[in-house]
Amino acid sequence: MTETTLKKELICFIANLLKDCNHVAVGASSPIPGAAALLAREAFGSPRHVNILGSVKNNFFTNGSQELFDCAAQGRIDAFFLGGGQIDGQANINLMGRGAYPDNTPRWPGTFGSAYLYFLIPKVILFREEHSRRVLVDRVDFISAPGVSDENIYRTGGPYGLLTNKAFFRFQKEKRNFLLESIHSNSSLEDILDNTGFEFEYSQNTPLTAAPNPQLLELLETHVVDKVKDVYPHFAQETFGIDAACS
Amino acid sequence: MNISIEELVKMIGDGAKLAVPADYSGIAMEATRALIRKGVKDLHIVGVPTSGLQSELLIGAGCVSTFESSALTLGEYNPAPRFSHAIKEKTIRLIDATRPAIHAGLQASQKGIPFMPLRGIIGSDILQHHPEWQIMDNPFSEDKDPIVVIPAIKPDIALFHAPLADRDGNVWIGRRRELMHLAQASKTTLVTVEKMVDTNLLEDETMAAGVLSSLYVGGIAHCPKGSWPLDFWYGDKEDGDHLREYKEKARTEEGFDEYLQEFVYESASS
Repeated sequence: MTETTLKKELICFIANLLKDCNHVAVGASSPIPGAAALLAREAFGSPRHVNILGSVKNNFFTNGSQELFDCAAQGRIDAFFLGGGQIDGQANINLMGRGAYPDNTPRWPGTFGSAYLYFLIPKVILFREEHSRRVLVDRVDFISAPGVSDENIYRTGGPYGLLTNKAFFRFQKEKRNFLLESIHSNSSLEDILDNTGFEFEYSQNTPLTAAPNPQLLELLETHVVDKVKDVYPHFAQETFGIDAACS
Repeated sequence: MNISIEELVKMIGDGAKLAVPADYSGIAMEATRALIRKGVKDLHIVGVPTSGLQSELLIGAGCVSTFESSALTLGEYNPAPRFSHAIKEKTIRLIDATRPAIHAGLQASQKGIPFMPLRGIIGSDILQHHPEWQIMDNPFSEDKDPIVVIPAIKPDIALFHAPLADRDGNVWIGRRRELMHLAQASKTTLVTVEKMVDTNLLEDETMAAGVLSSLYVGGIAHCPKGSWPLDFWYGDKEDGDHLREYKEKARTEEGFDEYLQEFVYESASS
């Protein structure tokens, strides 16, 4: 499978996870989730509202990210995406840096809105293409945002699952761990076990991730690509080629 | 009130607490270069709620002692080399927050109250490292309900780039109303604008809701393309070639100095 094919499959996979949402918000540097949200809106009519931070056209907020955070606190956002330089088996995420704070090497940009949105958006999809022991660690060096909280902490949101370029895991809140739900066709259970630094539940018969519906893929390549190009020009060029992006 | 960019940055003294918006709201980059030329020192930058190339340049040029924000990001041109270097060499103090906490601190300042409660955060390591945040019990809840309180952030000066201003000192910020909060939370606001107009912006009802009144504005400099090389929401797209060139040059101290020489010191617009 080529890298661009895989990216398109990830977009279709995420689009299917967003069907039950009314309002999906996407961070500025998240082209695959952003494309997925635009595709889901086009294909299923839901989510009805997609807000891509940093985009002018695909963003109806008139009070910047303040409105995003107010929406989240009121339960007006159904799904969001977070990543992280490190993600551990309890779905803690680290966006700050490797090593001991504040002397991280490397230091990453910072925690952004994760320490808030992870608590308040019901369906947070962790998305990180790189599936390696460097990223998927036993314990993050810094908790930018915790995967689970104690009972007395106000929390209406949290991790739904973790998608990488090799697999999809569902997060099990009660057990505080991940369950391997499906393996992409470019990988295998052995490959996943070799490249995952945290313990997770799995079955020997874990299914392959379903191939994308051909009509959904076609819709992405024909109708949604222009919208993707508007927001993520570099990504559209790399993934769909210049010709496709200009059609 | 319409002054030159040099006069504008003269109002930003050493040690000022300077609030700047995130890249999507309009960055006063030409004013930032003028600020570096002026040789300002010991700035306390508040990135609202994140910052980018603007803070990277100021940090690299040695103008910053404290960086308070929720991220310093160059987007697809990450990592930010001079920011990383400053952290390694411990030449700046970091106050790491999360995005809504920066907004909450400014909202408290805007309302003239000491703090603002905010959900989330409990269980994040940023809480224990932050010098001021505290947890209190929600006084209105019967059950135990801990909530984080964020003290007011009171910037001396807010600085940004906007599309329009009029001769009376009103500034049109359009849909970027987060700049209204930023300005109202700060002691004064300095603005560079693409265009000056002769009619009063508040007289046009279709524009009025997007106008920051001159009450909050301390100075305006007319500076077309003042956000270059960054994207401006009401103007030019980012200059990707230039940003790639920056990323390449700023890898080393010498390369960064060359960059400053070429694009900051020798290219004064006036």
